[in-house]
Amino acid sequence: MGLIGKDLIGLRDMPAERIKLILDTAVPMKEIIRRQIKKVPTLRGRTVVTVFYEASTRTRTSFELAAKYLSADTVTIAAAASSVSKGESLKDTARTIAAMGADAVVLRHPMAGAAELLARTVDAAVINAGDGAHEHPSQALLDLFTVREKKGRLEGLKVAIIGDIMHSRVARSDIWGFTRMGAEVRLAGPATLLPPGLEKMGARVCSSVEEALMDADVVIVLRIQLERQQQGLFPGLREYARLFGINRERLRLAAPGAVVMHPGPMNRGIEISPEVADGLQSAINEQVNNGVAVRMALLYLLTGGGCRK
Amino acid sequence: MKLLIKGGTVVDPVAGKIEEKDVFIVDGKIARAGAHVNTAGAEVLDASGKLVVPGLIDMHVHLREPGFEARETIYTGTRAAARGGFTSVACMPNTSPVADNGAVISFIKACGLKGAVNVYPIGAITRGSKGEELAEMGDMKEAGAVAFSDDGMPVMNAGLMRRALQYAGMLGMVVISHCEDKNLSAGGVMHEGYVSTMLGLKGIPASAEEVMVARDILLAEETGSRVHIAHVSTAGSVRLIREAKARGVRVTAEVAPHHFTLTDEAVLGYDTSTKVNPPLRSAGDVAAVREGLADGTIDVIATDHAPHTEEEKDVEYDLAPFGMVGLETAVGLVWTELVAAGVLTPLQAVVKMTLNPARVLGIPKGTLEPGADADITIIDPDLSEPVDPARFASKGRNTPFRGRLLKGLPWATIVGGRVVMQDRVIR
Repeated sequence: MGLIGKDLIGLRDMPAERIKLILDTAVPMKEIIRRQIKKVPTLRGRTVVTVFYEASTRTRTSFELAAKYLSADTVTIAAAASSVSKGESLKDTARTIAAMGADAVVLRHPMAGAAELLARTVDAAVINAGDGAHEHPSQALLDLFTVREKKGRLEGLKVAIIGDIMHSRVARSDIWGFTRMGAEVRLAGPATLLPPGLEKMGARVCSSVEEALMDADVVIVLRIQLERQQQGLFPGLREYARLFGINRERLRLAAPGAVVMHPGPMNRGIEISPEVADGLQSAINEQVNNGVAVRMALLYLLTGGGCRK
Repeated sequence: MKLLIKGGTVVDPVAGKIEEKDVFIVDGKIARAGAHVNTAGAEVLDASGKLVVPGLIDMHVHLREPGFEARETIYTGTRAAARGGFTSVACMPNTSPVADNGAVISFIKACGLKGAVNVYPIGAITRGSKGEELAEMGDMKEAGAVAFSDDGMPVMNAGLMRRALQYAGMLGMVVISHCEDKNLSAGGVMHEGYVSTMLGLKGIPASAEEVMVARDILLAEETGSRVHIAHVSTAGSVRLIREAKARGVRVTAEVAPHHFTLTDEAVLGYDTSTKVNPPLRSAGDVAAVREGLADGTIDVIATDHAPHTEEEKDVEYDLAPFGMVGLETAVGLVWTELVAAGVLTPLQAVVKMTLNPARVLGIPKGTLEPGADADITIIDPDLSEPVDPARFASKGRNTPFRGRLLKGLPWATIVGGRVVMQDRVIR
């Protein structure tokens, strides 16, 4: 059992102190990344397995780099999303992982609950790197880390999350994470992409993007997937960009110096205009950099924290 | 062959009475019920402290044969029924091949004869349950079908459903409707609400059921035919059915034990045994369903017993098939959740599991009148045990009630005068 439990499935039940511990641990990790030789022996002899049922170069590379910087051995299990429908069961993958003697497993899976299912099956620490529309905790933690770094605090901040909330695991983890740390979370997007019960999660659902942006300290823009339009969930990308896209004019509604973030990859000109994505307020590149630090912290706390059984 | 059930409390749904008396069975028929029966040479079953009721009828089960014998067979399914206190079951036609013709109905009837309890096949409404053209209902009736349903595959075409009601009505048969608008439920795996949002699972809104309930009520009203709404799960459905009954529409309805017991919160943790269709709903829906049971809006308690193999269910929530087993937990759930909780009186509960389903299906069961088949269930209201799927007679172990302590269990099941289960053990 690591310092933050056996697994990291989501932020829904994670206490604020534990989130703080992760963020605090990520600070010295970021120092390591800044060094010329980015390697420490902390996790030497430990094995981290990444299992990605969904393509995600960004998150997988981030985890792999994090593991390598801490001197862990990394293995990738190639698993295509199609193999799920072909009947290759997650349980079989779990058996493979157990046979490999992995210390930590990083799982990306297109279905909600997959990480929890795996965590119940294997002894290794399971890190959820995104399961369906459920949670993406390491992304939310890097968002929290980035905001704390930029603003010096999380408590009392106003955080606007804009876009497809329904299908976004990032939005869910962000809602839990930011509200747990004392921030106010506002949500806006097409009504067809706002699932029920968001208020019960502690967020405020706004009737317009403008309302959500008003005096916001943080603006998190979510990726809109073309596929959702094909499913008839909104009428078109052109209208989406006009009604919900974050551009320079809209951003003026936010508090001066508001931080703009995006989990990537971006559709420039649709959910975010190029001048905002590349503008002074954008922390999008720092998010990527911080992602490695936060994931180093997670691997350390889950597998190398000194008191693992 | 003579059997005397002695000293029990007889719950008679026809007379609407509960009184202590003996029940005497001769050659598979009920000879008489009363005190001081001359019983020379009879086997005696001491039922003191227990409730003697007409044999329970589950009008909504999936026996999986032909085609899916790894999940259940008519043999194992009827044993599960016997262990659960049921003497008759009506099985849905979503087998392979689909029970959409007289030959498959005859096959099921024939297999049922070797089962532990009476088996009444339900025929498909449309060929292959594809919702495209009517199945040969007349043939199926002659072969022994007792009702028609495309359970699990809602008839989306309203025009076709209207003709099905007209045609079945002509035959004097009931159409059992699985109410689900596939456009509204598409891709959904659980109730749409706070929990589905939290878990990131695609929700099935209450309206997916309710628009179809409303449609079928209107069609039944227009055609004058009988429609039975299967597995009601939402407050809106209960309200629609209540209003329709008040107008005199020939609509009846059933609820499954899991829908009056569990809410969508049971899905937390992604236990695939909670994946059912219709899904486990909100606390408000559960309360409304209970109210519907109490005020008579919901006529029948039926399990929707849907066994699956362990391999099928031991996967990601999205991939798991819908359905949970119900035959062996039904009586315990009814007694623990409804009778002990004061929602239903013992008599009301018995009516909904005997007389009412018999009337909906038009089968000569659900009574203790002299001359009737000696199908009897003896319930021990004080008997309690935790649910242990390892002891199920069903092949299916997919239940979210594992470990739940239930009080009020079937103690004996008698089919045609023969004791098929006693003291929780199948004979």
